[in-house]
Amino acid sequence: MKICVLIKQVPDKDSSLTIADDHLTLVENNITWVSNESDNYALEEALLLKEKHGGEVIACTLGKDSARQVLKDALAKGADRGIFISDSSFDNLDVLSLGKVIASTLEKENFDIIMSGLQSDDQGNSQLGLILAELLNMSHGSLVMGTEIIDDSTIRVKKELEGGWFQWTKLSLPASISIQSGINSPRYATLKGIMMVKKKTVDDVTASDISSDALESNVTINKIYVPDKTKETQFIEGSPEEISEKLVELFKNDIKVLN
Amino acid sequence: MKILVYIQQDEGKINSVSLEALKGSQEIAAQTGGTVSALSFNSDITSQLAGYNVSEVLLAEDDNLNIFNPLFYLKAMEDIAKAESPDIIVFGHSYEARDWAPRLSARLDIPLISDCIGFKMEDKLTFIRSIYQGKLNSDSVVNKGAFIVSFQSGAFRVDGLQSGSAEIRNVTVDLSGVSDSISPEEKFQEAEQAVDLTQADVIVSVGRGIGKEENIEMARELSKTLGGEIAASRPVVDAGWLESSRQVGSSGQTVSPKLYLALGISGAIQHVVGMKGSKNIVVINKDANAPLFEIADYGVVGDIFEIVPKLISVIQGS
Ligand SMILES: Cc1cc2nc3c(=O)[nH]c(=O)nc-3n(C[C@H](O)[C@H](O)[C@H](O)COP(=O)(O)OP(=O)(O)OC[C@H]3O[C@@H](n4cnc5c(N)ncnc54)[C@H](O)[C@@H]3O)c2cc1C
Repeated sequence: MKICVLIKQVPDKDSSLTIADDHLTLVENNITWVSNESDNYALEEALLLKEKHGGEVIACTLGKDSARQVLKDALAKGADRGIFISDSSFDNLDVLSLGKVIASTLEKENFDIIMSGLQSDDQGNSQLGLILAELLNMSHGSLVMGTEIIDDSTIRVKKELEGGWFQWTKLSLPASISIQSGINSPRYATLKGIMMVKKKTVDDVTASDISSDALESNVTINKIYVPDKTKETQFIEGSPEEISEKLVELFKNDIKVLN
Repeated sequence: MKILVYIQQDEGKINSVSLEALKGSQEIAAQTGGTVSALSFNSDITSQLAGYNVSEVLLAEDDNLNIFNPLFYLKAMEDIAKAESPDIIVFGHSYEARDWAPRLSARLDIPLISDCIGFKMEDKLTFIRSIYQGKLNSDSVVNKGAFIVSFQSGAFRVDGLQSGSAEIRNVTVDLSGVSDSISPEEKFQEAEQAVDLTQADVIVSVGRGIGKEENIEMARELSKTLGGEIAASRPVVDAGWLESSRQVGSSGQTVSPKLYLALGISGAIQHVVGMKGSKNIVVINKDANAPLFEIADYGVVGDIFEIVPKLISVIQGS
């Protein structure tokens, strides 16, 4: 199996986000960058499939210079090769246009499987895996919580539905699969893995390599902002002891869950 | 503005997020002077839809559309979009919509603004999205041409839905050439010692802020002292620290206890949909900007490791 894993670099969940003066971007110096959470699960699933069935895992990211790090991390965990798509002309593209850039990069590789996390923790569009499926004429499955290779031309995926329901679905290969968090336990890089990174290759792709002529964005983000508070939350303040006393009063007298 | 809203069916009933999307479509139509057509692939649904204030109800029927299969749904929608030329196609952002609306965007080569929490009329029709896991919002506009939009659960209140009496029109779709490369099997629920959180009066729910598995014990003790159940957000279940039947949210249980005490949970929408109906929501989080405070009745900005042990001893001493 030749598997591509798409990984996006996003701010760590505990980073404090400060909006820059342009009201469009974030002030970057207080952000810690990490690989998107569900993409880590996608990488792990790809590595597990490779360990079981053989083949190759290629990690691909599209992002700014700093995003090279997510490829290094993926290579250290066991990916064989990286593809780094980066160009300032991609900065403001909408997700469909980004899909076209990535599709035209991946097209010639003829992957059996493209794996992605189901949603990025920054923009959260949840679209890329399916866009690639359409542009590269693959089957697809999203919200996937289990995979099982049936034969050279079929994979079975366990899809999560709402409210605790699931559904197995057979997909003909090639397939684009969006992975939900919790499907496996992502590994950490080993020292040996980290040493190996230098020996592995990362191919660089820029706008000049992209055959697509549709590189104009049809969606414009006008601004980003902190949501207005609409609810009057009653805040309880004080030392931990005082807070605890007040909470207990509240539980007894107002919410009436304690006697 | 010609709006086509797709209405999803769940076991013969209108999916609730779709119904909210219908309300959103009515609101967009009212503000832009547009019309709303409501589309379903199921005749039980279209007869229910005929009772709402829409210009018309479209019904596309085919045996291949009886259960959800993305490739068949895509081809049906592609045919309908070509025949009807809507300016906007609207979806409720359900798990099912996640599994075909983005592909529709690529197929029709028009953008999808997904998972919107609302819209506003400025110079242009502007769609509001919640980004960075609920911490920020963004305003998006489409530069030109037709587009698709999906709305998040809770974006519109359906109690304001206008009723009416609409005609049902049959539309034809040609599904003969659709590939069978995606074949769904039966739906099922995992058989496990299901914990029924819906009956609990008190739920102490832990999020990633609990830090590590050993710390779960502290929260479990608090839930016991309060005579309640322990529950969790998804990352805690993903890490294997609590069983999946204790997960609250869109892929877990929906609860409405007298007291929902959230410890170290940020308030992503997928968690919020499972607990926003709780009678009293008390949030303890060290980040004063955590989105969950937005729906809290009572909030404590602080460290759970300083507060929870004290809280347990105060309750035990009282
Ligand atoms: C399709 C889909 C379905 C999903 N289904 C679900 C679902 O059913 N249920 C669900 O919960 N999620 C679900 N999610 C995931 C969801 O998007 C969020 O990622 C998740 O809810 C975040 O969990 P959290 O709040 O515990 O973690 P985080 O977002 O990481 O928040 C941790 C919080 O803890 C606080 N904190 C840290 N340390 C402390 C401390 N010492 N004291 C006090 N506070 C502290 C931080 O300030 C932060 O606010 C789903 C996602 C998708 C895409």
